[in-house]
Amino acid sequence: MAYLDHAATTPMLPEAIEAMTAQLAVTGNASSLHAAGRRARRTVEEGARRSRPRSARGRARSCSPPGDGGGQPRREGPVLGPARRRPRRTRVLASPVEHHAVLDAVDWLATHEGAVVEYLPVDRHGRVHPDALREAIGRAPESVALATVMWANNEIGTIMPVRELADVAAEFGVPLHADAVQAVGQVPVDFAASGLAAMTVSGHKIGGPYGIGALLLGREHTPYPCCTAAARSGTSAPAPSTCRPSRPSRWPPGSPPSGRRSSPARSAPCATSWSPPSGRSSPTRSSAATRRPAPANAHFTFPGCEGDSLLLLLDAAGIACSTGSACTAGIAQPSHVLLATGTDPDLARGTLRFSLGHTSTKEDVAAVAEAIGPAVERARTAGLS
Amino acid sequence: MTKTPLRVLAAMSGGVDSAVAAARAAEAGHDVTGVHLALSANPQSFRTGARGCCTIEDSRDARRAADVIGIPFYVWDLAERFREDVVDDFVAEYEAGRTPNPCLRCNEKIKFAALLDKALALGFDAVCTGHYATVVLNEDGTRELHRASDMAKDQSYVLGVLDEKQLAHAMFPLGDTLTTKDEIRAEAERRGLAVAKKPDSHDICFIADGDTQGFLAARLGKAEGDIVDESGTKIGSHEGAYGFTIGQRKGLRIGHPAADGKPRYVLDISPVNNTVTVGPAEALDVTALTAIKPRWCGTAPRAPAATPPSSAPTATRPR
Repeated sequence: MAYLDHAATTPMLPEAIEAMTAQLAVTGNASSLHAAGRRARRTVEEGARRSRPRSARGRARSCSPPGDGGGQPRREGPVLGPARRRPRRTRVLASPVEHHAVLDAVDWLATHEGAVVEYLPVDRHGRVHPDALREAIGRAPESVALATVMWANNEIGTIMPVRELADVAAEFGVPLHADAVQAVGQVPVDFAASGLAAMTVSGHKIGGPYGIGALLLGREHTPYPCCTAAARSGTSAPAPSTCRPSRPSRWPPGSPPSGRRSSPARSAPCATSWSPPSGRSSPTRSSAATRRPAPANAHFTFPGCEGDSLLLLLDAAGIACSTGSACTAGIAQPSHVLLATGTDPDLARGTLRFSLGHTSTKEDVAAVAEAIGPAVERARTAGLS
Repeated sequence: MTKTPLRVLAAMSGGVDSAVAAARAAEAGHDVTGVHLALSANPQSFRTGARGCCTIEDSRDARRAADVIGIPFYVWDLAERFREDVVDDFVAEYEAGRTPNPCLRCNEKIKFAALLDKALALGFDAVCTGHYATVVLNEDGTRELHRASDMAKDQSYVLGVLDEKQLAHAMFPLGDTLTTKDEIRAEAERRGLAVAKKPDSHDICFIADGDTQGFLAARLGKAEGDIVDESGTKIGSHEGAYGFTIGQRKGLRIGHPAADGKPRYVLDISPVNNTVTVGPAEALDVTALTAIKPRWCGTAPRAPAATPPSSAPTATRPR
């Protein structure tokens, strides 16, 4: 099988599996006061600390030890927290291309807490221009509780100008959160230098285990417990904490692990050098994120095709990819990300995302190149239902 | 039946019948892919009671079944086609004074048209469903639709609209065997399918609350008119002739009994002047049926088109 859906999840790194497996055999509740408990707590706390990017140390508050739930709850926290902590500020600014993990939290604030959600305009690549953020905040700066953007888009790979956006937010004293789940490992991510108030990352996207994520919060910001369980001492999970540090420290972009694959395909060259075969009559379009997308994300639009048809045909040919976010798979609606970029709804139905990772090989890419032509031809016959 | 393995697309509603049908097709050696049809543009998140079959929960039930069977599974959005060909048709039929069967229309226009066409285009050979009916392959290669082996469960009447081309690509793995629903449930249990104990769906899948009258009223609006007896004398009023079915006895709300004290039934619905005619049961007796859209469940009899056979075996009442 050619696995080209690393943006959905990527295989755990062997050393992460090893570290986690060893820890599973160790007993200890991190809230207990005895020796076993202290050992467990040390594993949890130090795992969290060591997992922070080096650049963040000294700046980030150790407020969110790795816990259950991957990116979703981790991303809800920074959105719900600042908004609830400053109830007089009712405006929440969000990019319309956010992952549903953020959109759902934002919607929740609107429905339950009386927040007024304003979606920031994006260009055709799905980027928020700093001027757009300045205009939105500037209309009534004192009413903005927070703004949230996506560092790298999970569907089309667009990179947001995070530093510039953070500068604008800082001018007005508005906390800016970035969802960096798809950015870490793809582009340089430096929390300390980013100017962000908060940032979220997820373990299983970078070679760690499922169900673990981290929230980085600047020391000047106070965390706000969003559910009662977070306000008391629950039982932390030491095992996942042990494998958090693996990837950020040993797999910076451009230097994938070597030696495990005969011909490791470096993500960036693969994604940029691969030109998918175009149909004879109608062109295959590279989608919105043609300018500086995340290097391992290759997102394409196939006019006249249903993305679901292509997925089925490629799946049958042993190729794993996706039409968009795995979290919206099975919901038969055009991607909100593409619609936000102004993509025609019919075109938006014919998209595929191929995402590469640390186990990708040139053979994987070659398999797609071979299968995509006939698949597109066939899917075009089936048309748009 | 041919033993050649086919590429089969199994329509999986999330119910027990279609899950067992898909499992049987896979067990027979066919290359089966499951598909759940998203037929509502705004699906109910979760089942309300045990009525419809278009909720997200149903889609998840179907996916679980496919995972257990070990076949690929997809959700296809056919909501737009469904609205045009089934829901709008349903409303228009009521508006015209008739009582439609939307399942029949769905089989004709969605499962064995929109879905089948797409399946064939994508390289599948057949569409498989959990209907209780049988397709008989004649020696000359033609196919006929037959009732299920178990008459009590027969569903051929909702498939009677399929033509021979559609039948050629239809697979009904539940039609061939004498199986009670309990046995199907036991089979599902044995196969490890979580839908084994799921209640049957009833009513009309796109009317989640079961309130057909409310559904029609919201689309057709109130249209007050007269209820008259056989002589044309007004004896009551209604809020829309579309709300009635010929033969209906309950819910006439006339308010006073008939002169002879016998129950009254709807005899006729006239959408043109928005009038509902009621009368005694005897007036419902018929001695002849006239088919307006005949469809042969196999090869059409050799007779001049202008003079169709005056009689043909017909199911006038499925149960």
